[in-house]
Amino acid sequence: MGLSPELAQISKAYNGRVILKDCSWVFEPGLAHVLMGPNGTGKSTLLRICALLESPDLGSVNYLAGGRSLAHDLELKRRITLLLPGVGVFNTSVFNNVAYGLKIRGLQRREIEARVGAILESVGLADKRRQRALEISTGQSKRLGLARAMVLEPEVLFLDEPTASIDQENSEIIERIILEMKEKKRATIIMVTHDPAQARRLGDRLLLIKDGKLWSR
Amino acid sequence: MDTILQGFGSAFKLIIALDSELLKIIWLSFKVSGAALLLAVLFGLPLGALLALKRLPLRGVILSLINTGMGLPPVVVGLFVYLLLSRSGPLGFMSLLYTPPAMIVAQFILAFPIVTSLSHTAIVNVNPIIRQAAQVLGANPLQEALTVIREARYGIMTGGIAGLGRVTAEVGAVIMVGGNIAGYTRVMTTTIALETDKGNFDLAIALGIILLGLSLLINLAFRAVQRMGRTGSGVVLWD
Repeated sequence: MGLSPELAQISKAYNGRVILKDCSWVFEPGLAHVLMGPNGTGKSTLLRICALLESPDLGSVNYLAGGRSLAHDLELKRRITLLLPGVGVFNTSVFNNVAYGLKIRGLQRREIEARVGAILESVGLADKRRQRALEISTGQSKRLGLARAMVLEPEVLFLDEPTASIDQENSEIIERIILEMKEKKRATIIMVTHDPAQARRLGDRLLLIKDGKLWSR
Repeated sequence: MDTILQGFGSAFKLIIALDSELLKIIWLSFKVSGAALLLAVLFGLPLGALLALKRLPLRGVILSLINTGMGLPPVVVGLFVYLLLSRSGPLGFMSLLYTPPAMIVAQFILAFPIVTSLSHTAIVNVNPIIRQAAQVLGANPLQEALTVIREARYGIMTGGIAGLGRVTAEVGAVIMVGGNIAGYTRVMTTTIALETDKGNFDLAIALGIILLGLSLLINLAFRAVQRMGRTGSGVVLWD
């Protein structure tokens, strides 16, 4: 049984404006869930709360194992990851960006080189490995962000608009990678997009966020 | 005019001949300023990082004090260190007055606020998404902080260079606490002051030329670091 979050009556407000209200949902392990909804309805907030980057004002996010809710500690945080919409590229080489998560986990250099090499190959950035990451294009940055997340082999992968503001070619590459990941059923994928066609192509479950709550489409 | 020209001529001769007194003074200047800068970085960088990354109580007050310290008049620092280290002062038992360590303390006090403030500014200006990216990739709080500090490395280096510029050009504090003792506490700036007083311009001009050269080098390093920050050259790679 894979890992997946369960939301229990989550509420969140910014500056008095309620974004999420009593939002509850059980994400199914191993499936790709796609969240849609107009701007400002709380999709990114929900993702950040699920990824333990933010805390809800009320309610809780639970990751269950053996019927028990796991503590929100570093161990759990290292089993999940989020691709931020702005990626957050570090001012170093493409290789070092992708290797970051493995280095901080204390993996051996040889294993890091093998895993990073393989993932850069799969996202089509192998020829950029020595290049400064801040100099690559926006589309390539998104691919780098995806590689940086995937190299960690997360059990839950959150993707916040992974193909926003990028060209068709990069978008297709990213979709192909997500589809490959989905087919392997190694991770629970929870993704935000504004593109209904993309949502149908990638999602096993399509969800709509409205009035601060999640609805099945 | 003749005196100036003659002074320059003799100064160049001293430099070319690698005059032993000249070299001794330069070497002591480097040791004192280098040690002061090292201490300023050791204490200033962590404090700057702490103020930038943690919501400490009285953070605003501490930052105001540090920023005020950036403009400290060297003679006031000299007076303060003198009173501290003089025989009747609280640290008089250490017998440090008129020794190189006393000069290091004075220069440290001058460099510390500069290094701290510029490190703080560099770290605060790192895009918040970097910290979030470190978090979602599984960094613990220390790794998260180190990641942000690494992103600010060029700004921090700029702070170090600015601190070095401040202490190498300083004369008031070191002359008060070092005493300008020949062969022991005499550094470039204090020698220039003394030799000019004595009307011995050869050594003063020679040291002046070297100080100007050093200032030029510091400025070049400053610009190179800023360019590295913009272009990203010097990217660390181990693959």
